[in-house]
Amino acid sequence: MMNLLTKLLGWIDERFPLTSTWKAHASEYYAPKNFNFWYFFGGLALLVLVIQIVSGIFLTMNYKPDALFAFASVEYIMRDVQLGWILRNIHSTGASMFFIVIYLHMFRGLMYGSYRKPRELLWIIGMIIYLALMGEAFMGYLLPWGQMSFWGAQVIVNLFSSVPFVGPDLAILIRGDFVVSDITLNRFFALHVVAIPLILVLIIVAHLVALHEVGSNNPDGIEIKKNKGPDGHPLDGIPFFPYMVVKDAVAAVAFLIVFVTVVFFAPDMGGYFLEYNNFVPANPMKTPEHIAPVWYFTPYYAILRAVPPLFGSQFPGVVAMGVATVIFFALPWLDRGQVKSIRYRGPIYKAFLASFVVSFVGLGYLGLMPATELYTWISRVLAVVYFAFFFLMPWYTKIDKCKPEPDRVTSK
Amino acid sequence: MNAIKKLGMLVLLMAASTMAVASGAGVHLDTAPVNLKDQASLQRGAKLFTSRCLACHAASYMRYNRLTDIGMSEEQIKKELELPEDVKIGSTMQAAMDSNSAKLAYGVAPPDLSVIARSRSPDWLYTYMRSFYVDSTKASGYNNTVFPSVGMPFVLADLQGEQALESEQHEGHDVKKLILKTPGSMQPAEYDAAVGDLTNYLVFMSEPSKLVRQQIGWIVLAFLSVLLMLVYALKKEIWKDIH
Repeated sequence: MMNLLTKLLGWIDERFPLTSTWKAHASEYYAPKNFNFWYFFGGLALLVLVIQIVSGIFLTMNYKPDALFAFASVEYIMRDVQLGWILRNIHSTGASMFFIVIYLHMFRGLMYGSYRKPRELLWIIGMIIYLALMGEAFMGYLLPWGQMSFWGAQVIVNLFSSVPFVGPDLAILIRGDFVVSDITLNRFFALHVVAIPLILVLIIVAHLVALHEVGSNNPDGIEIKKNKGPDGHPLDGIPFFPYMVVKDAVAAVAFLIVFVTVVFFAPDMGGYFLEYNNFVPANPMKTPEHIAPVWYFTPYYAILRAVPPLFGSQFPGVVAMGVATVIFFALPWLDRGQVKSIRYRGPIYKAFLASFVVSFVGLGYLGLMPATELYTWISRVLAVVYFAFFFLMPWYTKIDKCKPEPDRVTSK
Repeated sequence: MNAIKKLGMLVLLMAASTMAVASGAGVHLDTAPVNLKDQASLQRGAKLFTSRCLACHAASYMRYNRLTDIGMSEEQIKKELELPEDVKIGSTMQAAMDSNSAKLAYGVAPPDLSVIARSRSPDWLYTYMRSFYVDSTKASGYNNTVFPSVGMPFVLADLQGEQALESEQHEGHDVKKLILKTPGSMQPAEYDAAVGDLTNYLVFMSEPSKLVRQQIGWIVLAFLSVLLMLVYALKKEIWKDIH
């Protein structure tokens, strides 16, 4: 029996790089052994992607991308499709969980300098994934065709019409109509279900290939490849399979416990994961009093509202929002610190990173609230803090007094 | 330290502003007596719903036979809810009045009530149905403190009776209060209980699988907890030789 299997494997290996791929990416891919809590979120993001794709496939079997039937078909899934409510709750919870996991994954990168040389391209690919994910979430949110789906899409697409000269045409190009309509719903469905997931999967593969080329960073921010044993493997590295796989599996099950708790006991999450107003069917004739995007977009939304209009145009706010999103791309070149990890950084970087977190969370909260005068002013202050983290980085990372890095990784 | 101070200030600011918003929100909402396990209450609510609300409102995602989930047999549903001969037990709940004539009569099309308890809170619904008062300036003759200038006429007036909105001096402040002027066929406590049943039913109807959802949830959590222990033991075993 064994002999037969070995023969089969040999037969395959002569025609397809099965064993060598397995070795390169699993059994002989060496990951630093000092990974901590923060290193779980990359794997968890992959898990959420699988959850979203699988639940999405089954939702697509029952959902109708038609302005007349979309809202009703979601309720049909909730009521008449066998266990359809599980699928729907999983998918809506998964959307929010995706962003929680990705934000923590990105924050890990900020803490340990994972974007620094030689991982610049890995970081850039990751940022492209993040942008694609935002597009995926935005288009998916239109599909239930509730009031918030409709008016959220209306507000966001209208932002494009503030672009000088081409704006109005651009907005029509996105909607396929003069307002968000059945046509918009159909194209967002196509993009949400086919185009963006396809792109996402491809760039996630590229992200992993790039990761395995340069090797993982670690909480000490030092390169484990600098210290290799006589066998040519990093002394501080351990094979991804089985060590990291089984460690990530523990994290995955723990994460699933949190996930299913939301799915089964609080799928609305107090109106943050499923907004209350989205249980009212879309009505183009009735603008809701208060339009708020879902929580994962609100930091940027707050920045948009914080910037005062110029000559009656919202464009400066739109630019600020855009810059706030894509500024992360520049991080590898903004950071001039001598060390990568926050463990060996000086107090200035720590203070800036902490204020950045406060500004991001604070803006996220303010973006959910109505734009009162007080809130707008707090948003402005926080937006300045947000941008200061990036624009002052070349200066403060240079003057910051760093501690010496260790030669070998340290365990907690 | 700097960051912690900033965080503290921000939290304070947010707390202060949240309170400002909360106090400005106006109407006080009473807590609805929602209990999805109380099948008798749900059945009373269903009867009130089909006899009163369905005249104008539809619940077009809700099927009659789903009421078996609250302990009614198909026979009971047909009989006690007085389903017309041509309505099948598996059909969805449609309004007696068609939406266009309702719109002509009341100015707005009555909203579908299938998921109303998920867009409006149960407390809102419970308070709303107890807050109608006589207002001769309105076309329907009624107004509502929770939903000012509401288009809906007060269809439960024969049960509750008629209320008036009156000003009262209370510690030097002008406080508006609803006073029952003409009693209806129900005592005030009886009426509150009936509206409580109706609210309870609306909550059930907005997500009929809610109880099952929670039951399955406990099973899934139990399974994952066992799995967590097993996977953790496996991890311990495999990592024994890593130092």
